[in-house]
Amino acid sequence: MTQQDWPLYEVFVRGKRGLNHVHVGSLHAADDQMALTHARDLYTRRNEGVSIWVVLSEHIAASTRDEKDPFFAPSADKVYRHPTFYDIPDDVPHI
Amino acid sequence: MSEDHLYLTLAEGHEDDARWAFGTGFEDPLHGVDTTVPAGVDAAGLAACCLALGDDALVSAQRLAEWTTRAPELEEEVALANIGLDLLGQARLLYARCGQVDGSERGEDAYAYFRDADAFRNVRLAELPNGDFAFSVVRLLVLSAWRLALFERLAGCADPVLAAIAAKGVKELTYHRQYAAEWAVRLGDGTDESHRRMRAALADVYPYVDELLATGPGFGIDTEDVREEVTAVLGQVLDAAGLDLPDVRPLPGSGRDGDRTEHLAPLLAELQSVARAHPEATW
Repeated sequence: MTQQDWPLYEVFVRGKRGLNHVHVGSLHAADDQMALTHARDLYTRRNEGVSIWVVLSEHIAASTRDEKDPFFAPSADKVYRHPTFYDIPDDVPHI
Repeated sequence: MSEDHLYLTLAEGHEDDARWAFGTGFEDPLHGVDTTVPAGVDAAGLAACCLALGDDALVSAQRLAEWTTRAPELEEEVALANIGLDLLGQARLLYARCGQVDGSERGEDAYAYFRDADAFRNVRLAELPNGDFAFSVVRLLVLSAWRLALFERLAGCADPVLAAIAAKGVKELTYHRQYAAEWAVRLGDGTDESHRRMRAALADVYPYVDELLATGPGFGIDTEDVREEVTAVLGQVLDAAGLDLPDVRPLPGSGRDGDRTEHLAPLLAELQSVARAHPEATW
């Protein structure tokens, strides 16, 4: 495209042994379907994934650097929020 | 479980070879397949079939690779190269099978690098220069629609090796056809300029289509049955793209009989130059 770039998409892939879709990168595409095929070609060509999500980057609301302290600093001294005071049974995975 | 990053999870379970960049967890499509030619299978016919399909794939792969650094978008460049690599993989397996059954005991490299243009049996459509992106789209659509229809049938053929190669190829070709069909619709139903280019591409490709559809692989596969399916698929895509079949005559001759255009020899000169300059090299 010479006059206008295709919109940016963010790509999330669920790996073969992964539990969640994980952000792996971004790409340009003209529409959702093209974004999926591009994601398949760019991010799963080494046998990485079994499922892909794509979303227009502009649809992602993100916290900003300015909000870093009010957002995240208050949790730093509240150790009691961690479940480290419980014994987790051996047969409970992924915690 | 390394949940930090997807690529870290890839190396898990592959401690001996934990270099995920080279790929992990791959499957050998021919694992456990008996390579002896079954009784009743015509070895010469099988070899000719593997050679023709291998040549289609190798020459197509080279043309697709030529889009690298020249594609209209980075993402398309990778997509086209991926498709080319799928076809290159198919060519390797088909050449290897050819060498097992034609009595020559040649390896895959002998077929790819040490034959001249007049020994190739690919359809001429595969060797035409890339030209416009629309031409590459239409060519890929036609070739992948035909190859998919054929491989679906070959997956049940009497030779277990060719059947396994075809079964692997079906999954790849389904994607190739989808990729090409999406672009055909996008361009055909796009702007006046993209529609015009698609019409021109169809007019350039279709004289070569009959040569492709007229040849059968043997194994009792009905060539007319394949032709009907491919014609229906192409009709469906062109309908969705708002394009009509061009009114063109089939070109006489056939690449399957050794008829070549002037474009194959230069393609092979580039493809084969390194292997011929260093014939004892291994890689």
